[in-house]
Amino acid sequence: MPVQYSGILDEHQSVRERAGLFDISHMGEFRITGAGALGFLNHLLTNDATKLTVGKGQYSMICNDHGGIIDDLFVYRTNLEEYLMVVNASCIEKDYLWAQTHKSHPCQFEDCSHFYAAVALQGPSSPRILERVIPGAACQVHHHEIKRFLFQGKEIWIARTGYTGEDGFELFFDRTVALQVWGKILLDGREFGIKPCGLGARDTLRLEMGYPLNGSDLSENITPVEAGLGFAVSFGKGRFIGSEALLQEKENGPARKSVMFQMNGITPPPRSHYPILSDGVKVGEVTSGTLSPSLKMGIGMGMVETRFAEPGVPLQIEIRGKPYPATVVKKPIYKPGKAG
Amino acid sequence: MNIPKDLRYAETHEWIRADGDTATVGVTDHAQAELTDVVFVELPKIGTKVAAGAECAVVESVKAASDIYAPVSGEIVEVNQRLEAEPGLVNNDPYGEGWFFKIKMLAPEELRRLKTNESYAQQISK
Repeated sequence: MPVQYSGILDEHQSVRERAGLFDISHMGEFRITGAGALGFLNHLLTNDATKLTVGKGQYSMICNDHGGIIDDLFVYRTNLEEYLMVVNASCIEKDYLWAQTHKSHPCQFEDCSHFYAAVALQGPSSPRILERVIPGAACQVHHHEIKRFLFQGKEIWIARTGYTGEDGFELFFDRTVALQVWGKILLDGREFGIKPCGLGARDTLRLEMGYPLNGSDLSENITPVEAGLGFAVSFGKGRFIGSEALLQEKENGPARKSVMFQMNGITPPPRSHYPILSDGVKVGEVTSGTLSPSLKMGIGMGMVETRFAEPGVPLQIEIRGKPYPATVVKKPIYKPGKAG
Repeated sequence: MNIPKDLRYAETHEWIRADGDTATVGVTDHAQAELTDVVFVELPKIGTKVAAGAECAVVESVKAASDIYAPVSGEIVEVNQRLEAEPGLVNNDPYGEGWFFKIKMLAPEELRRLKTNESYAQQISK
């Protein structure tokens, strides 16, 4: 995926107001099958996979024994004893190796990343565009669901998920029809104003929502409790990899927490690794930052000492040696569905 | 890619237009395209003395922050304050309204060390 096609700001606005199409073929896909698949997923992942009825998906994480995040991902139940896991591109080998060496239940764990191409169709006009491409699909697949369809005789999995905060779909299919899928969506979406979108807009869109990016906001040294991802950790399901460490941290309270912040007034955009200050003293570090195209203000995420992790707390971001005022805010910074 | 003939170019993608002993500096069309949408420009203070090759401004796109270097030595005598409110001028009119600063040259002969439009075109085609 290139950084941009027509321009980051233009693509961003297109997704917020109409539709955008991202080539997300770089992402990894694992297929988990067999009688032990569910038991294994509940051992490997933080969220409770027993909640997944056929056709449902959920956000989840792979943690290490210390509760550090190895990867964050989406797992879908595609059949009774069959699951599809979509993971970050940079983590495919690492996740696969981890899963193979921690296999607790008899099942098949297969890396299908080489087989699948994938696109994300995102934005308020996405359902009407998908309706043209694959009639009937948009109304059959609801939020966080996945369903199998056919495209030119090939299997295509359509999930109502995404990384932009807008309504939209992620499509996973045989890579031999990748050009046809890409071309058909852009053609059918033309009258709705669809634009091809790159990595740049993908980053500004997800950051306005406060969605973390693994490698920037998440790492093996950061836990879901610190990252504010406790909603995707199930302590009720029994033991899983990292559960003891996470439970202890949850009870004691984490020493630091991820926050979303917004710059006050016109400032340079915050960037990862810039120091976060309180009254001139360093209390954390920016993990992701950009200029919000929707707000025209600098926004970002950062890891700060827990006592500063409250909406409304004033902080400063140090940019090239100068402190600029910022305020901790609630996620998301942008509420989808408000644009024209 | 637009590379006007009457300008000189630095390897670091600034252009310079001399008028007597004062010169106007901005970034090239190629640079603005590579930067992507410019969203913030930090300009030098008027009166700052700079050496050729010294960092003297910062241009920020959605993607990243990049340094702008003085192509020649001298003193900053004027800055384009419009860029503070309208940083997009750098993308829309890099050789015109999107200029960064004017510099009173200490040694105008330094201009001869900079690239012509042809050698700059060659550099960016590599």
